Amino acid sequence: MKIVMSMDNIAGKRAMIKLRNVFYFLVLGCTFLLSGCHYAILDPKGIIAATEKKLLIESVLLMLIVVVPVIFLSIIIPWRYRASNTKATYKPNWSHSTMMEIVWWSIPCAIIFVLSWMTWVYTHSLDPYRPLAADQDTIMIEAVALDWKWLFIYPQTHTATINLVEIPVNKAVRFFITSDAPMNSLEIPQLAGQIYAMTGMQTKLNLMATSTGNFVGLSTNYSGDGFSGMNFPVKVVTQSQYNNWIKTVSQSPNHLTLAAYNEVIKPSKNNPITYFSHVEPGLFSQAIIKYMGPMPGMALGYTGVLQDEKNHQG
Amino acid sequence: MTLEQILFGKLTLQSIPYENPIIMGAGGMMMLIALFVLGAITYYKKWGYLWTEWLTSIDHKKIGIMYLILSGIMLLRGFSDAIMMRAQQAMADGKHLGYLPPSHFDQIFTAHGVIMIFFVAMPMMFGLLNMAVPLQIGARDVAFPYLNSLSLWLTVVGAMLVNLSLVVGKFAATGWLAYPPLSGIVYSPGVGVDYYIWALQIAGVGSLLSGINFMVTILKMRCPGMTLMKMPVFTWTALCAMILVALAFPIFTATLAMLFLDRFLGMHFFTAGHGGNAMMYINLIWAWGHPEVYILILPAFGIFSEVVATFSRKKLFGYTSMIYATISITLLSFVVWLHHFFTMGSGANVNAFFGIATMIIAIPTGVKIFNWLFTMYRGRVTFSVPMLWTIGFISTFAIGGMTGVLMSLPPVDFQLHNSVFLVAHFHNVIIGGVVFGYFAGVTYWFPKLFGYRLNEKWGKRSFWCWLVGFYVAFTPLYILGLMGMTRRLDHYSSGLGWHPLLLIAAAGAVIIGMGVLCQCIMLYVSVKERNANRDFTGDTWENGRTLEWSIPSPAPYYNFAVTPTVEDRDAFWEIKENHVMNPNIQVQSHYEEIHMPRNTSTGFIIAVFSGIFGFGMVWHIFWMIGLGLLGVFATAIRRTFDKNTDYYLQSDEIIKTEEARARDNKLGDSSEINDEELVLV
Repeated sequence: MKIVMSMDNIAGKRAMIKLRNVFYFLVLGCTFLLSGCHYAILDPKGIIAATEKKLLIESVLLMLIVVVPVIFLSIIIPWRYRASNTKATYKPNWSHSTMMEIVWWSIPCAIIFVLSWMTWVYTHSLDPYRPLAADQDTIMIEAVALDWKWLFIYPQTHTATINLVEIPVNKAVRFFITSDAPMNSLEIPQLAGQIYAMTGMQTKLNLMATSTGNFVGLSTNYSGDGFSGMNFPVKVVTQSQYNNWIKTVSQSPNHLTLAAYNEVIKPSKNNPITYFSHVEPGLFSQAIIKYMGPMPGMALGYTGVLQDEKNHQG
Repeated sequence: MTLEQILFGKLTLQSIPYENPIIMGAGGMMMLIALFVLGAITYYKKWGYLWTEWLTSIDHKKIGIMYLILSGIMLLRGFSDAIMMRAQQAMADGKHLGYLPPSHFDQIFTAHGVIMIFFVAMPMMFGLLNMAVPLQIGARDVAFPYLNSLSLWLTVVGAMLVNLSLVVGKFAATGWLAYPPLSGIVYSPGVGVDYYIWALQIAGVGSLLSGINFMVTILKMRCPGMTLMKMPVFTWTALCAMILVALAFPIFTATLAMLFLDRFLGMHFFTAGHGGNAMMYINLIWAWGHPEVYILILPAFGIFSEVVATFSRKKLFGYTSMIYATISITLLSFVVWLHHFFTMGSGANVNAFFGIATMIIAIPTGVKIFNWLFTMYRGRVTFSVPMLWTIGFISTFAIGGMTGVLMSLPPVDFQLHNSVFLVAHFHNVIIGGVVFGYFAGVTYWFPKLFGYRLNEKWGKRSFWCWLVGFYVAFTPLYILGLMGMTRRLDHYSSGLGWHPLLLIAAAGAVIIGMGVLCQCIMLYVSVKERNANRDFTGDTWENGRTLEWSIPSPAPYYNFAVTPTVEDRDAFWEIKENHVMNPNIQVQSHYEEIHMPRNTSTGFIIAVFSGIFGFGMVWHIFWMIGLGLLGVFATAIRRTFDKNTDYYLQSDEIIKTEEARARDNKLGDSSEINDEELVLV
């Protein structure tokens, strides 16, 4: 009897070792396979994206409380009660148990209650419209989705770029977003989630980068033939580097007047990065209002911010 | 206007994409197969049979089979699209641009979505309802048999328009929901979106009519004794799904009609400018689109409930809970549509409301999963093919549900919306839930319609291919989504580390393809070996619980020789338990006459004229529009003068049919079941 048991033990140990080897192999394999990967969303570099990642992981863990047992039960129960296992209890008419049903109505209820609470709190604190700093301490960028490129206007410095965003680190940034083409969606996964760019409408996205580096920005909403080329580099730099960069852009010979803008909006694919200086004030606002018909006194984007300030003072 | 324009509208010879070898190859292949089938029908002189027995049939069982055939054919087309997309993304890394130009790739992903939802899932769902619902409630047919045939043929015509767009003109390149302004006339001047609109309008009317038909059938045609709370669960889920169809499809029709007016008459419902607003379209389309998801999944839940009880030889656990869970899902499905576009910027209060409403759906769904698990608990589980699909569903769906709830948190959705994580999520619930469920249902009820079971060996192989293929194809997409890969990309820059994962995903699609192949082989083998798998008892799976198993297989055209009276939930299980004589198996000396509907070609002809109308609308051929409309109305009015729409089946006719059936069964029976059992069962 003892011998048999110890034999079992050895077999068990061997099986364990085998299992462990398989496990190591899997881990190594995955690491190798995924080592070259960039987990944009799991590797945040901005305060908004970091909280979003935290929320993602916490809610997954919370749900695993139910999901893991369900997956186990879905394998164990049918196996235990397989037809050939005649030793298992068989109760063909047992179909109700108030106690058990209360248990599995209440467990999901409890989890969803916690999740709902998290939803309410975080949806408000991570609201993309919520400013991260006072207006005068915020870099304002007016983004226009075009066929098939992004135009970024820096209204505070009267500069603009196509397909490039450069921002200083640890500084609040506010995007005013619209589209002068089909609908798009602006996202810089490592800095913050996305918001739609819609024709004739303005949306806002506030973010702040916490470390310098080069990140990917993109449109996530399909907008036609050249959609795949609608990504752009996002460079997060120090304040002095940023100031220098702005100086470079302001020396660009391309002036973004309304006429120049009307050239820019013509469809083109995989546009190279372009700089503009002397951006006509209120261009962004006009790009939206032109779809609305006459709207006297209406101003959007940075022009709107300035107008609000004036009204406030007045 | 020249004569050419009057005759052909916008249609010219240039509309056929001669220069594209892939499209011409696919089109040529389709033509060849069609010619082969038509030739075979002519050669075997089967046109008359086809017309009288199938095309004009209003028997719900035959209509169900035709829905399934449509769905199967379109599955092959939709799946080829999937393979082409996976191949393109596996190739288009960095400087390589793949083998598809963007304009073609865009049409493919649009067609894939449209076909899979409207012409695979919907027809399969209606096919299953037609197969099982009237039999489960002890009815002779649906409430409006002629309407049922009309619904089928309208759906077929819609599918044909989509297929036609492959060769004549183009299909929409807008994504499967055709968001404006991209789908507006400015950004999509071609006929693609018009094909989209008219194919879906025609098929949508078919779905709406079918929804009303089944709602009335379930509410009004149940056999004596079957109160609502004694209805089989599949019938319950069908009822809830049909209520959703009746409420949601009118929104869909109206939305597409407005999009059409924008495009055709230059109106401004959704175009930016002159007060039009694209947000309105997105709200409206999802006010239909979200219930649509539940229209598809609820019947699948019903199938799992039937299958899990039958193959566990046990009563379904928590019937009442199940029904209330279904009803609450039905109601909640109308207040969550905004979660498809949290990123529109509705503000935190609105987003939080819709996020929480969405999560609440997880509660009744979770309860359902536990009830299925505890139906198996203390049962006797047999791992037949329908049961394998069910077990595969439970764990797969749990994961899909989790990622769904995850994205119902607006801040998380800001990161994952429109990424391939989202693509992986909805394939997780649609393949893992809807498709697995429907395959389980088809395998489960197939013998009731055809009289023999599907081949188990190939069925199991196909299940394993689908299950493994699903995980291999979509786990990489979950990971890619976290890496920031967005959907609908025809190429991407290298150095992001996406390429190896996309290669794995393509391999997964190939494994699923093997599953589809196994299913084709399964059909072939099953037909070939049908005599070995015949069902002589009517209770194919031996543990049938509901009324459809109390009648012979294949079900006679009048379904029930004697209308059953129901006293219990599992009506047939009780008959067996109490050894009551079953008059639908044992031949009687006298039957009451049966009121039967007569076949009619009206539905088929109306659908053909709607097809002509739709084609005219796409190409602006005004005489075709007129002809189509006139044809539809004239045919419908002619039908109202037809007094010969029904007949009474007399007792001696029924006796003849029943005796022939009993004789056949005894002849074919290999003495495994003795006469006594035949009488008692």
